Amino acid sequence: MDSPATPSIGSTSPADAAAAQADLTPFTLDTRGEFSFPENHKYDAGYGLTEQTIDYICDAKGEPDWVRRFRKDALKKFREMPMPTHWAPESIRGVDFDKIRYYLAHGTPPRQSWDEVPDDVKRTFERLGVPEQERAFLAGVDAQYDSETAYNNMQEELRKKGVIFVNSTEGLRDYEHIFRPWFGKVIPVGDNKFSALNHAAFSGGSFIYVPKGVKLAQPLQAYFRINSESMGQFERTLIIADEGAELMYMEGCTAPKYDSATLHSGVVELVALKGAKIQYVTVQNWATNVYNLVIQRGLAMEDAEIRWIDCNLGSGLTMKYPAVVLQGRRARGEVVSISLAHSGQDQDTGARMIHAAPETTSNIIAKSISIGEGRASYRGEVKVLKGMKGCRNNTECDALLINATSRTDTYPAITVNGNASAVQHEASVSQVDEEQLFYMQQRGLTRAQAMSLAVNGFINDLVQEFPMEYSVELRRLIDLEMEDSIG
Amino acid sequence: MSLIIKDLYARVKDGAEILKGVNLNIPKGEVHAIMGPNGSGKSTLSKVLCGHPDYEVTGGSAEMDGQDLFSLSVDERSRAGLFLAFQYPVEVPGVSNANFMRAALQARLPKEEELDAVAFYKNLRARMKQLGMDPKFTARAVNEGFSGGEKKRNDVLQMMMLDPTYAILDETDSGLDVDALRIVSEGVNAMRAPYRSFLVITHYKRLLDYIRPDVVHVLYNGRIVKTAGYDLVDYIEEHGFDFVKEEHP
Repeated sequence: MDSPATPSIGSTSPADAAAAQADLTPFTLDTRGEFSFPENHKYDAGYGLTEQTIDYICDAKGEPDWVRRFRKDALKKFREMPMPTHWAPESIRGVDFDKIRYYLAHGTPPRQSWDEVPDDVKRTFERLGVPEQERAFLAGVDAQYDSETAYNNMQEELRKKGVIFVNSTEGLRDYEHIFRPWFGKVIPVGDNKFSALNHAAFSGGSFIYVPKGVKLAQPLQAYFRINSESMGQFERTLIIADEGAELMYMEGCTAPKYDSATLHSGVVELVALKGAKIQYVTVQNWATNVYNLVIQRGLAMEDAEIRWIDCNLGSGLTMKYPAVVLQGRRARGEVVSISLAHSGQDQDTGARMIHAAPETTSNIIAKSISIGEGRASYRGEVKVLKGMKGCRNNTECDALLINATSRTDTYPAITVNGNASAVQHEASVSQVDEEQLFYMQQRGLTRAQAMSLAVNGFINDLVQEFPMEYSVELRRLIDLEMEDSIG
Repeated sequence: MSLIIKDLYARVKDGAEILKGVNLNIPKGEVHAIMGPNGSGKSTLSKVLCGHPDYEVTGGSAEMDGQDLFSLSVDERSRAGLFLAFQYPVEVPGVSNANFMRAALQARLPKEEELDAVAFYKNLRARMKQLGMDPKFTARAVNEGFSGGEKKRNDVLQMMMLDPTYAILDETDSGLDVDALRIVSEGVNAMRAPYRSFLVITHYKRLLDYIRPDVVHVLYNGRIVKTAGYDLVDYIEEHGFDFVKEEHP
């Protein structure tokens, strides 16, 4: 790897920053809902990932030594490990690790109140609808602007309950005793090349701890976006729900369109202790030049429940298989997944359920839509470990093809040790039926409207699992897709 | 003002010719019935008029109030006032009846105009009551899991909501029991108006006893072979279609 120019912290002076802000060009929003904003970064670690890059990140963040060592060990692993090219979609070969900027940040510390947030950041959030969301119901906001949290507002009520909702830097620095024991335990460094990469280069993301018995009625929410060309976003999230605690976390993304490829490779770890419940909701709508390679895994202890609600609309290549390791007796896991692939997109999504304790149950419902030359694949793994009795899994995956050139594939892997468990897998592939379209058009809907109604109908039962404002957004996005695809 | 079909020829795409010179004139405000033995082209005629993609017009013309029907797309014909109550209404999984109707009505408004949701629901509920439909049907997916009769009733509900100027009922009576037939017919009769015409396709007298047509046509082998008044219905009920088969071997 090339060694990058030695980075100097604070290379952009406040005067430069002000000049850059005065030069702000009005943002544009294309029909696909992609945003683009001028770049204005105080920290920039340059291209490529080396020990110096890691030092730069650690210095910029003021991280403790153990984190620095941790990152450097991970870097070694990352270099040693092979790309998963033997099974992954072809286009993963397009990832060029030397052409990625690994750390960009504004340098402003996390803010507590909306008024203190810099204007350009605020404008981004306004475009994305964050303030409204907050007014509506937000209990706490942790919105990520590029690598660093720019806005972090937690309501007094949450703090009183002992809930910790911070970014990864603060989490490891200020709450080491809570987060360190679980950090990198659900998804180890050496799990695969991309987990090693994230362990080395992570920044941003949310660290959350909900104490024993605390049930959060309002969802916690974070907005992620990539605003810099060639910027890798390696967010790192760790959520710990203590015994009997309950929470829902929502993550949504929009990204600007750029010419060169952008890598997004997050790691999300969930820990649901005895009787706890975690729901994690993602709506992903990256620009199509983004590689979205995310590892999400939860650990569910006795009587605990973890649900991943996952929607992938954007990116050029998504590889994401939310997993639940059912570690305690009667633990429950669920994955609800929607993906939409149009021409130029490869949505390789699915789920993994590892039954590591008796009487554990899991449910997977995945629906995909392929448009034009889009390709949507379901890749799943259900494993019942040796000696586990009374485990149950139900898997349903349905694919809808819009055009004859669309493609869908299903790769289920089911391993059941012993015969005291029940596992079932159902899959279907359908096409929007001409009779259906004729019927709807006869009632006055255009072909595009009819198509988008049919597609919305196909995923309707799953969309209902998403929080209200996401479901509205989802339907709108599908309308846009259909308008584009039919023209 | 009328629906005028002249010398209409149509076939299944790349297949056999089914309509072989249909001539029909349906003036505004009238109810016309088309009867005929199986396979005579009744359903094909309704589908061709609405622009079903399986069929191809090979000759002739159809004008709706002076507008060339065949130059319009399926949805444009609908928005211009043409409605078809399907012989087999189609299921649209996951799309609620209410949303479907809203979308269809919204499609008729200018782009900047938003459908009045309150007025819409009020109208929808009133029409459903008129047709004896359970209010819960608003939330159910369009025709999904409906019985044959429920589907037909739902199509008539859609017709009421969309308020077309030319409505084709394609064997709407099939699958309806006696009570449902009466309710649906009453609904259709309530819609009879000087600005609206109906083309009722049926095999049976029982529907035409309720919806009494002004004119009755017999379609046979792709052509209208007889046009008369209501008396023809009684004649067919008694003697069947043998007389047309004899006249047009």
